[in-house]
Amino acid sequence: MPKQIRLTTPLSTEDVENLNIGDKVFLNGIIYTGRDAAHKRLIDLLNEGKELPFDVQGQIIYYVGPSPAKPGKPIGSAGPTTSYRMDAYTPRLIELGMKGMIGKGNRSPEVIEAMKKYKAVYLGATGGAGALIAKSFKKAEIVAYEDLGPEAIRKLEVENFPVVVINDTKGNDLYVEGAKKYRKE
Amino acid sequence: MREVHTDEITKVVRDLFMDANCNLGEDVLAAFDHAIEKDESPVAREVMKELKENARIAREENSPICQDTGLAVLFIELGQDVHIVGGDFKDAINEGVRQGYMEGYLRKSACDPFSRKNTGDNTPAIIHLEIVPGDKIKIMAVPKGGGAENMSRVNMLTPAVGIEGVKGFVVNRVKESGSNPCPPTVIGVGIGGTFERSALLAKKALLRKIGERNPDPEIAKAEEEVLERINKLGIGPMGYGGNTTSLEVFFEVEPCHIASLPLAVNIQCHASRHKEAVI
Ligand code: SF4
Repeated sequence: MPKQIRLTTPLSTEDVENLNIGDKVFLNGIIYTGRDAAHKRLIDLLNEGKELPFDVQGQIIYYVGPSPAKPGKPIGSAGPTTSYRMDAYTPRLIELGMKGMIGKGNRSPEVIEAMKKYKAVYLGATGGAGALIAKSFKKAEIVAYEDLGPEAIRKLEVENFPVVVINDTKGNDLYVEGAKKYRKE
Repeated sequence: MREVHTDEITKVVRDLFMDANCNLGEDVLAAFDHAIEKDESPVAREVMKELKENARIAREENSPICQDTGLAVLFIELGQDVHIVGGDFKDAINEGVRQGYMEGYLRKSACDPFSRKNTGDNTPAIIHLEIVPGDKIKIMAVPKGGGAENMSRVNMLTPAVGIEGVKGFVVNRVKESGSNPCPPTVIGVGIGGTFERSALLAKKALLRKIGERNPDPEIAKAEEEVLERINKLGIGPMGYGGNTTSLEVFFEVEPCHIASLPLAVNIQCHASRHKEAVI
């Protein structure tokens, strides 16, 4: 059994420094969603010297474009999307105090470096487990860019959202270490 | 001649896409169970348990397994003694896709390649049609997600590389794809034909059931060998490390030009969704 940790957002530097690659984390509290189009708008705002639609301090952004919600449900299936499309925008947000990102797939060296320098973590949600993941989302509310449809920024209230630490604050990478450990040739 | 009304085709297509997106095949579920038992990595076993639980919830609540409910790919075998009445065959299929994705609360992922504007109803469907003997229509619905499709490749190999070259290319493709196509994956390999034919063979290979070997013993052996080599890479479920990188490898082989050796590798994520019906 991998190490299991429960965390509630917003996260402190200490919270994330305690995490190591391969740890299973159950997230609680508020997280925000965003994909490439939303990220581009956030960075444009910063470039214009304007305020972001939400405070990223201690927060986590989840890369997801959910399927439509059925009547009576807060959200449809909501598994992670591939993260590299956000790489160009992420270091800037980490610098502003964002503590975590949730997605799937490799991050760029720049993102990994920013995580080390400003203390943040990259968490993996199980790709393709959209129905299961949606179970831990209690409420969803659009906070910005409604015109982007599934790509709008949503505020999610989550309960025990299961994720795995892929990149920790020490520069370790589960994708590299995991494959090394189980390679047979 | 047997008459089939387009309304019936629309209904079957609609139902198939709703079914395929919410109900994973028994063969895939059995492969999940096998991994839960056999993978050496505790993190990998956890992921496989999540995938099993996810499939159970999706089935029970009739909600999509994955939020990426794919482009609507169809393989259709049309009996030559069928007479389609009531309207345009293609329109009937697209209408089925439209209804299935709307009424099933499935995500619409079709867009213009440049403006990226969503077509709004997940059409146009991608239709592969074959005329066969008989008076039936067999329809196979294959929703195909973007993550795994993006890792797929076609390559025109030099004939001299032979089967060993093919095996090496496939293993390497899986290695380079890493965690991106949501492993554990199913690998469809199309060998032979022409450039486009090899890609079609690779996609068609994905329709086979896990455990179903190619009837040619030589090719069957190659499938097993490639699967074994892939699972020695250590990538594991979601790329977190482990022995379950792929659940299955399927080869489809056809004759090709004396000057070529076309090879296509179509990667399918663990959300290996396909359902069929016969009208
Ligand atoms: S690769 Fe497959 S499982 Fe992963 S997000 Fe895409 S459709 Fe879903």
